[in-house]
Amino acid sequence: MAVISVRDLVVEYDGRRILDKLNLDIQAGETMVLLGGSGSGKSTLLRHILGLERPHSGTILVKGMDIARCSQLELKRVRRSIGVAFQSATLFNSYSLEDNVALPLREHTSLAPSIIELMVSMKLAVVGLREFGKLHPQELSGGMRKRAAVARAWALDPEILVFDEPSAGLDPIVAADLDELILVLKQACQMTVIVVTHELASAFRIGDRIAMLHKGAFLAVGTKEEIRNSTHPHIRQFLDRVPDKLEDTNPVESYFESYLQKEDVTR
Amino acid sequence: MPTLVDNIGRSTLTSLEYLGALTAQSWAAVRSLKSVSPFVGNKFRWKASIREMLDIGVDAFPMVALMAICAGFILAMQGAAELRRFGALHYVIDLVAVGFTRELGPLLTAIAVSGRSGSAFSAEIGTMRVTEEIDALRVMAFDPIEFVLAPKFIAALIVVPCLSILSNACGILAGGIFMFFSTHLSLGLYLRYVLNSIALRDVISGLIKSLAFAAIIVQVGCLEGFRVRGGPDAVGRSATAAVVKSTFLVTLADAVFTAIFYLTVR
Repeated sequence: MAVISVRDLVVEYDGRRILDKLNLDIQAGETMVLLGGSGSGKSTLLRHILGLERPHSGTILVKGMDIARCSQLELKRVRRSIGVAFQSATLFNSYSLEDNVALPLREHTSLAPSIIELMVSMKLAVVGLREFGKLHPQELSGGMRKRAAVARAWALDPEILVFDEPSAGLDPIVAADLDELILVLKQACQMTVIVVTHELASAFRIGDRIAMLHKGAFLAVGTKEEIRNSTHPHIRQFLDRVPDKLEDTNPVESYFESYLQKEDVTR
Repeated sequence: MPTLVDNIGRSTLTSLEYLGALTAQSWAAVRSLKSVSPFVGNKFRWKASIREMLDIGVDAFPMVALMAICAGFILAMQGAAELRRFGALHYVIDLVAVGFTRELGPLLTAIAVSGRSGSAFSAEIGTMRVTEEIDALRVMAFDPIEFVLAPKFIAALIVVPCLSILSNACGILAGGIFMFFSTHLSLGLYLRYVLNSIALRDVISGLIKSLAFAAIIVQVGCLEGFRVRGGPDAVGRSATAAVVKSTFLVTLADAVFTAIFYLTVR
């Protein structure tokens, strides 16, 4: 059963079409990777799935609820079942790590403070930050901040866990650690996971299915093997890391040549 | 090429859109006041409100007091220079007392709070927008108005009138010091004259004004923050806009309130 269903989604900014009639079903319990290059529209799609923006047309059903047209109360209820780890971690700098993770538990549950403390300690231990709970986000490295963001996103044991560019800005070892953490969480909690990334290694490591976006449209949606074996020219270019303009091998040199010819500065 | 009429029309629409957004945000803030109130609201919001009260009120007191003392001296000296010519130096007491309770106390306080806290609200919320913290709040099922704005709103509504009263006291005290050195009028007698010259309605009208000024400063500062798009440069621009717009609207509101009080008590 599809836990998230996107139907004919069209997004336009100032008359410019960003997403063009997208259709996507994300099944309960699967890990869906939204893969694509910069400016392909994957973060825009994610923002619409999270109800942060209203689409130009089309529907997005999250757990059967039309996220763009439901009431504020219904939207809040849906959002409590979604945990999001943003690209820039978005931890609150005035709070310690413990307080950041405890925030949704304190606000959305009636658990006793001692239970919340226990849960926060457990979540931080799983992401490997138990000893750093008293520190503030600005005292941590990029990788630690991302793991803390995962702990906060996971605080309420959501049904859907969303990661926006989890490995962006991290070295390969820390990025791989984060991939393993996502896999462990997925296996332990049986959540639906959505990952937005442009990192091929991450996508093929953690994804069950991959949706490949290019210029606001899906080129392909399929299993890892289907995407890996795709013959679509742009997917092949993306997977094989081929630059866009092979014929223009030395743009700097050609620029100076054309400049010299135009200005005739050698005279 | 846009004509003058096009530009006027566009500016009018932009101003109306801004006022509409300000009204909608203010209404949402009023509705969320319950959540930040002590005993009935969320205890974490109330704690945040107390922190805001310290920031907006306690930390601003030295600055407000100094501004009020300077303004008190200026008003007394300028008044004395003219009134002395008519042998009416004792009217300096009325001028300072009534001038501060009705007008200068609330206005000076509002200008100080606008410059200090209005810009800080805008920069704080603007930075939260740029770093996606506002989006993080929304996806965590928090209402940014309730979480970020409401504690500032209730704090300002409580502390700005208190600061105005303190500003009145400092300004009037400065007038008393001037009178002591220029006419050897004792401070006790000066205060008795002050109490005779001001009526309760002067104090109440000043407090009503300071409540309105507090609301304007918080709503404009926060709206400028919530409207930030782009990067750190946009945060800087929003902080400037918050001070400029809130000072302008405070002055406008002051003129409207003064006209209302003038017409109703005539």
